[in-house]
Amino acid sequence: MSIEEYVFLSGKGGSGKTTVCAAWADLNRPIGSGAGTVMVDADVDAANLAIVGEVRKTEEHPFTGSALPVLIGEACSGCGLCEEVCRFDAVRMREDGQGRGPIPDIDPFLCEGCGACMEACPCGALEMEPQRVGTWFRSESRFGPLFGAELLPGAENSGKLVARIRQEARRWARDGGYRLLLTDGPPGIGCPVISALSGAAGIIAVAEAGETGRSDLRRLLTLAHRFELPVQLIINKADIHPGAAAAIESMGRGEGVDLLGRIPYDPAVVHRMVEGVPVTSDAASPAAAALRSIHGRWSEGRSPLYRVATPS
Amino acid sequence: MRVAVASGKGGTGKTTVAAALVHAIGSGSGRGGTEGTPLMLDCDVEAPDAHIYLQPVLDESRAVSIPIPSVDEVRCDLCGRCAEVCRFGALAVLASGIKTFPALCHGCGSCARVCPRGAITEVRRKIGVIETGAAPPGVRFARGMLDVGEPMAVPVIRELLREIDGIGADAPVVLDAPPGTSCPAMAVLRGADYALLVAEPTPFGLHDLRLMTEAVREMGLPAGVVLNREGIGDGEVERFCRQTGLKVLLRIPYQREIAEGLARGILLTAVVPGLEAAFLGLWQRIQQEQMADVH
Repeated sequence: MSIEEYVFLSGKGGSGKTTVCAAWADLNRPIGSGAGTVMVDADVDAANLAIVGEVRKTEEHPFTGSALPVLIGEACSGCGLCEEVCRFDAVRMREDGQGRGPIPDIDPFLCEGCGACMEACPCGALEMEPQRVGTWFRSESRFGPLFGAELLPGAENSGKLVARIRQEARRWARDGGYRLLLTDGPPGIGCPVISALSGAAGIIAVAEAGETGRSDLRRLLTLAHRFELPVQLIINKADIHPGAAAAIESMGRGEGVDLLGRIPYDPAVVHRMVEGVPVTSDAASPAAAALRSIHGRWSEGRSPLYRVATPS
Repeated sequence: MRVAVASGKGGTGKTTVAAALVHAIGSGSGRGGTEGTPLMLDCDVEAPDAHIYLQPVLDESRAVSIPIPSVDEVRCDLCGRCAEVCRFGALAVLASGIKTFPALCHGCGSCARVCPRGAITEVRRKIGVIETGAAPPGVRFARGMLDVGEPMAVPVIRELLREIDGIGADAPVVLDAPPGTSCPAMAVLRGADYALLVAEPTPFGLHDLRLMTEAVREMGLPAGVVLNREGIGDGEVERFCRQTGLKVLLRIPYQREIAEGLARGILLTAVVPGLEAAFLGLWQRIQQEQMADVH
């Protein structure tokens, strides 16, 4: 049984990916005996999908990323070759404070863990020490299992960590008979985004109706094209700049992108966020109504197992 | 004086604030102020947007490239030392020869250095571009753009930050950082004397501000906050700032008209002209804060 994964991306930050992804989790109640959805919060720099609510961590695991060079013993001769070979300005020779001559000082924010300094050191004074750069966890939430992670500030390997939680989520889905994975993606189009979309069934692009949203969506669509992934489009805060919304719709059409619908700007989104519930639990919210109708349209295009149950 | 405008969360208003700030400095400078020609660096190389608000004329560009290994098959004896030292899996030894994976290569040069046969030379692989020019009123402008499909933003950011080389320490530089707290944002903060954190008063905003605060504290970078879209959420961000000693230097209220103006690509201080003086005041305040921190 294959697992389908949809990744929520936007290019631009703050477009509403997490809000929409949480709504999807709420609306994706399976019919009959099928298992529900597994959620992945792939924005490991700034993980916010816990907005779905009632999140209880059930497992936590340290994540080891790239290594940092450390000085071992007294072998350093102060030659400075390490500083010379480092291409990332991460090594600076400084006085060791005990009158024994200069030693290398490593900047953990700039170091890329390549080990060139260690390889170049004629005295064997440097060793590469793997660093714990974050934590990944599995939680239970109001809508089912949620895999997430937090990267320590300044850490490398956000792409690797994203790959890890997706891998764990897929394993869980396979073992539990889940057929659908929803991944809340990071902003941008670089390494963590690329890591989030490989192997996905499709991208749900959430575009903010404005000039910056439009500009960033264009880059995201180019990326999706590179990776040959189908894209379905939602235009958020569509009434703030209807002209941009129309331009985005037209851009999408030109790229063969399916427009799922538009969501109006709605202060209820933040009010529900403050209360810790997804906006779809709010019967009066215009954004929630739009999300329900958009999700309905999306479900119709998919397997009958995931058609949304009519709310009673 | 280099100010990085950053936030953990995307969409809080970094580019909005950075553009308004550099524009105000440029305007003040033009009217006989003492600030000097400001430089704007759009460091969000994955999704740059500052040009939308500042409308620069970009008249120069140069490629950003990473040095990647090229293996001379005649000299190579398949000893595999290169693949052994590579920590990114960018080289693999196959029976038919060494296979390289350029997208994984960080350009550290270790493979070329350790090859006992001198069989590896480095060739440049383009991953992005730096574009420079000027924007009214007298703002120098530079941005980096990562080629779509390339994973690594940091080398483009590093190259972009070189635009600061040779500028006096007092010259105003505004760095529009990418969202997040991982290596791209940190690479930008590393180039700064001060971090201006843009936060929104919501639970997402608070969560991400905490992470960012931790990061700048670890870096020993002085920081202040701009509270954007005040009124949409609750008072928890403000409370967090009070508790941690982070000063809120400017507050921008949520107003639909502002949102509509920004969505149309209009500079914040053009949507609300009264804010220009506030941004000039913000710049002066930041200079005071940064000097106080140094002492």
